[in-house]
Amino acid sequence: MNTIPLDYEILRLIWWLLLGVLLIGFAIMDGYDLGVGTLLPFVARTDPERRILINLIGPTWEGNQVWLILGGGAIFAAWPALYAVSFSGFYLAMITILLALILRPVGFKFRGKIKDARWRATWDWALFVGGFVPALIFGVAVGNVLLGVPFGLDATMRISYAGNFFGLLRPFALLSGLLSVAMLVSHGAAVIAARTEGDVAERAWRYGRQAALATLVLFLLAGLWVAVGLDGYVVTSVQNMAGPSNPLGKTVALQAGGWLANYGLHPWTMIAPALGVAGTLLAYVGFGARAWKRTLLGTTLTIVGIISTVGLAIFPFLLPSSLNPAVSLTVWDASSSHLTLFVMLLATVIFLPLVLIYTAWVFRVMRGTVTATSIGRNPNAY
Amino acid sequence: MIDYTVVDLSRLQFAATAMYHFLFVPLTLGLSLLMAIMESVYVMTGREIWRRMTLFWGTLFGINFAMGVATGIVMEFQFGMNWSYYSHYVGDVFGAPLAIEGLMAFFLEATFIGLFFFGWDRLSKVSHLAVTWLVALGANFSALWILIANGWMQNPVGSTFNPDTMRMEVTDFMAVLFNPVAQAKFVHTVSAGYTTGAMFVMAISAFYLLRGRHVALAKRSMAVAASFGLAAALSVVVLGDESGYVATEHQKMKIAAIEAMWETEPAPAGLTLFALPGRDGNRFEVKIPWVLGLVTTRSLNTEVPGIWPLVEHAETRIRNGVVASGQLDAIRKDPKDEVARAAFAKSWPDLGYALLLKRYRDDVQAATPEDVRKAALDTIPDVASLFWSFRIMVGLGLYMIVFFATAFYLSTRHRLGDNRTLLKIAFWSLPVPWIAIEAGWLVAEYGRQPWAIEGVLPTFYAASGLTLTDLSISLGFFLTLYTSLLVVMVILMVKTIKTGPDMADTLIEGAAGARHLPELAAAHPER
Repeated sequence: MNTIPLDYEILRLIWWLLLGVLLIGFAIMDGYDLGVGTLLPFVARTDPERRILINLIGPTWEGNQVWLILGGGAIFAAWPALYAVSFSGFYLAMITILLALILRPVGFKFRGKIKDARWRATWDWALFVGGFVPALIFGVAVGNVLLGVPFGLDATMRISYAGNFFGLLRPFALLSGLLSVAMLVSHGAAVIAARTEGDVAERAWRYGRQAALATLVLFLLAGLWVAVGLDGYVVTSVQNMAGPSNPLGKTVALQAGGWLANYGLHPWTMIAPALGVAGTLLAYVGFGARAWKRTLLGTTLTIVGIISTVGLAIFPFLLPSSLNPAVSLTVWDASSSHLTLFVMLLATVIFLPLVLIYTAWVFRVMRGTVTATSIGRNPNAY
Repeated sequence: MIDYTVVDLSRLQFAATAMYHFLFVPLTLGLSLLMAIMESVYVMTGREIWRRMTLFWGTLFGINFAMGVATGIVMEFQFGMNWSYYSHYVGDVFGAPLAIEGLMAFFLEATFIGLFFFGWDRLSKVSHLAVTWLVALGANFSALWILIANGWMQNPVGSTFNPDTMRMEVTDFMAVLFNPVAQAKFVHTVSAGYTTGAMFVMAISAFYLLRGRHVALAKRSMAVAASFGLAAALSVVVLGDESGYVATEHQKMKIAAIEAMWETEPAPAGLTLFALPGRDGNRFEVKIPWVLGLVTTRSLNTEVPGIWPLVEHAETRIRNGVVASGQLDAIRKDPKDEVARAAFAKSWPDLGYALLLKRYRDDVQAATPEDVRKAALDTIPDVASLFWSFRIMVGLGLYMIVFFATAFYLSTRHRLGDNRTLLKIAFWSLPVPWIAIEAGWLVAEYGRQPWAIEGVLPTFYAASGLTLTDLSISLGFFLTLYTSLLVVMVILMVKTIKTGPDMADTLIEGAAGARHLPELAAAHPER
């Protein structure tokens, strides 16, 4: 073990950052696909218009979705306890997300194969579900993380769960779900506005502006709620940051406004919520001015800011337990072994830059405005 | 307490989602490579027909790929959802290959698949060819990493139990990568995928030749598929999965069950050609001497152990496991108990066997000799289903070798297109590789029972503590959605095939419009 050139606590911190990178990567890359799916029936009203949106995201959405798949795999590899507790605890919510996501690949591929209005309308709504439902439930899940999740662990690390699907739908969690939808819809609208023309682009500018405003309002509202209406969690014993990954050996207390403690201790972290607010404002102004570069930068910064805000607020917690706060999962007690974290870091350092390079190349090849004419040129278009 | 109905339903759900998923994976593996070969010929010779072949098979590939993606999303998450104790217990080892699969394979495959379809008029010939090869490469890398993960479930090397974290942890990552079981599985599985791709191309080309349609395209496709299929079918059998089965104890149990061999025979053991296996012996059997020993051990004097001796051995390991479990309890009570730690460092490999007792005793220390006996008997997988699945797989594998060899011979004589008997056989052989593959997975995974991780973690102990309602809802929705999508997919595939390659790049207009397709294609170039 002493041959590993990075300390255990450093690796845990790196993997906490990488977890953030993956979630943000997913929300930026596949997030706009989810947003476009949600907007599909509204921004595009006729079949030719809908085909423009579908062919806009069609060539690249599959690669984007891998951010989610990789997120699942990386949480499994780096934070196995988090993977085990969250996915089994949120079981029916996860099932709902998966069923919705399953509709996307077949929706894209099957929709265009038969030229029948009812057939295509059915798949349009399937693609809407495939965008809206995951966007909503991911947000609800994050809201529940802030509220605490009713799970317990016995001495052998077997998980018990005292909640159910409807227990997830608490007011704050629903607010968080709506925030997630608004955020991804404005991001999707920014992409549509940037790469289409005419009526479709016009509607995207308008809906996107409203979504950006809604994002700002909901984000501020959620922040206020966290400050005055929610109990945060605080570790009250000294944690060995390089100790074995066993979440049973600490004490945790609930504290009003506790989720804001990190911002008081380290004021530089305020940059995250500030980025979220600045991003939504930039997007709002950009949508109004019909300036796609500013708008897309704005919605992207919004995502970075909002997800970082949550991560920094709950640090070092990954998943607080409302049933038995002492068994909450934290960065210091729910990771993989020292060796696995190191090997996985090597793999990431080698492959992630490659992924970014060829993804950028593919986006470059597929750049340009999508119109009915550009779709007509390609026999493989959806 | 463990709810065994929930465990059984969880197993059913995993089996169903995995087996559905694996209807699409082998075709992706085989067809992507065949498309890359066809496009290579196009780029090298410049002949338009090879581009049209790539496009046509690409259309069918796309429909299949969409289903592969749809059913694949579930696979990455359901370990945590339905098998949360498994995820905690072995995530440190098992999670890494899954994550690397995402990084190295899924991104490659999924990023370039879009360009394969949308890049024809945006890329140079050579760049597009590179894209097609990268898709094929991504698919194959994906198989490599998931089989490294699966290989570790069959033969858990390079890891140890950590009493402080109550889970398995990696000690030697290279051992996990170069696990002989994983390597054998990889070669066997991708070859099976190539065979599937070849059979798919053979069957559909035969359909066209029988009707005298698209003859030039079908003949060339068949010629490629015949040679590719022969090489692949040979490698499936020659590089069979069995070579890895001698590695470990339970793999030995699997071999013994596959052969319905209850007692150890003197080496080299005979191969059972036919038998009626019951729960504790065969009522009837026909054996070919020597063959089993030669195939599995590749030697004349290594014994292949029978089921009963392996059960006795399991009893010993369970008793040792009880001791290991006691030492673990001592460590948990006093983490500084160095004596217990030293003892446990040696005894931990039997800990998993003690977990088998959890079905009968909550406190394994209180287990009676009868409990131990019952737990040891649990290590026998279902002999009859393994025995028959294996024979179906091998029989169909041998059939495909003969089939592809004949097709290849006729193809070299340029007589492939005229032999109507062979064309009919080719068409009706379409489902053969899928049946063989599903039977093969049944042998591999049902034969792994009662273990989730061989010798380490029993399946029943690995499941999440979900409710019956949870499972009924999820299983019901999965089966309904998957089956509906499968039906839609088959309908679309059949339509695309009937429409044919000339129209592969044109729209199917529904039943009424189909008759007017040529006119439509001319009248609506914008589509």
